[in-house]
Amino acid sequence: MSAAMQRSLVLAMLLLSSLAPPARAANEADYKAAYAAAEVASKEASGMRNQWTTTVSTLAAAKKAGDGGDFDGAVAAAKEAEALAKASIVQATSEKEAWKAMEIR
Amino acid sequence: MKASISLLRGSLGAALVAFALAVPSVSAADKVDPAADAKAFQKFFFKKFPDVKHDDFVNGPYSMNEDMKRQWQEKEEFPPYEFSLDAGKEMFATPFKNGKTYADCFPNGGIGIRQNYPYFDTKEGKVVTLELALNRCREANGEAPYSYVKDEMASLTAYMAFTSRGKPMDIKIPDDPRALEAFENGKRYFYTRRGQLNFSCASCHVQSPGERIRAEILAPALGILNAMPIYRSEWSGMGTISRRFITCNSQTRAVPLEPQADEYRDVEYFLSYVANGLPISGPGARP
Amino acid sequence: MASSIRVRATANGDITEVQALIQHPMDSGFVKDAKGELIPPHFIQELKFACNGKEVFVADWGPAVSKDPYVKFSFKGGKKGDDLKISWTDNKGGSDEITAKIA
Repeated sequence: MSAAMQRSLVLAMLLLSSLAPPARAANEADYKAAYAAAEVASKEASGMRNQWTTTVSTLAAAKKAGDGGDFDGAVAAAKEAEALAKASIVQATSEKEAWKAMEIR
Repeated sequence: MKASISLLRGSLGAALVAFALAVPSVSAADKVDPAADAKAFQKFFFKKFPDVKHDDFVNGPYSMNEDMKRQWQEKEEFPPYEFSLDAGKEMFATPFKNGKTYADCFPNGGIGIRQNYPYFDTKEGKVVTLELALNRCREANGEAPYSYVKDEMASLTAYMAFTSRGKPMDIKIPDDPRALEAFENGKRYFYTRRGQLNFSCASCHVQSPGERIRAEILAPALGILNAMPIYRSEWSGMGTISRRFITCNSQTRAVPLEPQADEYRDVEYFLSYVANGLPISGPGARP
Repeated sequence: MASSIRVRATANGDITEVQALIQHPMDSGFVKDAKGELIPPHFIQELKFACNGKEVFVADWGPAVSKDPYVKFSFKGGKKGDDLKISWTDNKGGSDEITAKIA
């Protein structure tokens, strides 16, 4: 329970931080950092065999925006991709036990 | 275990209750009982749909909706999978370059054996599906494997299913811990929620068969593989079991696994086993 | 190569019921392939059914007809054992025909 709550707290903070307007325009370094973080989370999700299609497409959108020099857009997309990947990790973790609730016995 | 430890850290009363609940489920997980699972699975559907004849479950949505059933019966007089079936028959009879045929790879020359697939191969320690066996047969005879999702593979399995029509599904689970594990893994895959939409296979095919999802009527999970492969009007073509799993995954916004991944093989094993006794009805036609 | 046409015709009194299934891609010319390129139009333009040499059903088709089309109709005047010839031609000059006996 407490672990799950901690996780959702992390998620909520992540969401908040992605919603907060940036104080300055993002630069390439911001994009690289956000993209790397998103990539790590997405790799973890894929390692758990629970990648979401939306993570993949949002990550691709971040890369496209970054390559095109739109770093604000790229950072926003990368953060969204990271949040999606983290949510899929939460899902895979909780389903390790939760699936039994649906089982026909 | 991890969950019960973190629970213990929480309120003691709640932890004690949770622990008491957790113990039997842990021991139940240790003792996998496929026969009891299959019985419960079938009973669930028979009770949920008391008016549906047991053998009719293999006809998927048509067993759930009178209007659709009438349209389908008319369609069955001239079924859309006929071209594929004829192609499959021809392919099955055509020898490989080395002179051998598919019949040499299968018991009983490949005729009337669909109900025994997938089976657990005790040598390999894994589930072997009909699609996998067909491609292995091709490779053993120096031919390139086919795509698992459609066209040739669907034609071949259509023909093999056709020669087995009406035979009751007959999946065996050998007395091998790895076979039980494969069954259990398949069951877990079936009930596990995935994708951004947070759906498990069971969300649609256990909780909502007979209900509409957009314009489609959901098929019951019981006997859902007995009708494979299928001609889907939505695809304007044939699809295999692999294709069905892959589409189901992507529809819930989960990245599909590769065809014939261990998880897919296991879930096919689980779904086929719990449909034991229900007749093969493939190839099928679905909207 | 098996024929692209499947047909079943049964006489019941003086009414003959015909069902036919034709294998054809029926590409409309508006659909793109996996690479994003347009699939060129390829569809049946004319479909004919002739009973003992006399046309009983002629269809002028276009790109709106779906893949592997199915046709069902009935006509008066045919009887058991008569020849029923089905033929089609498409916009690329392709064609096929088959002659079936009315059952």
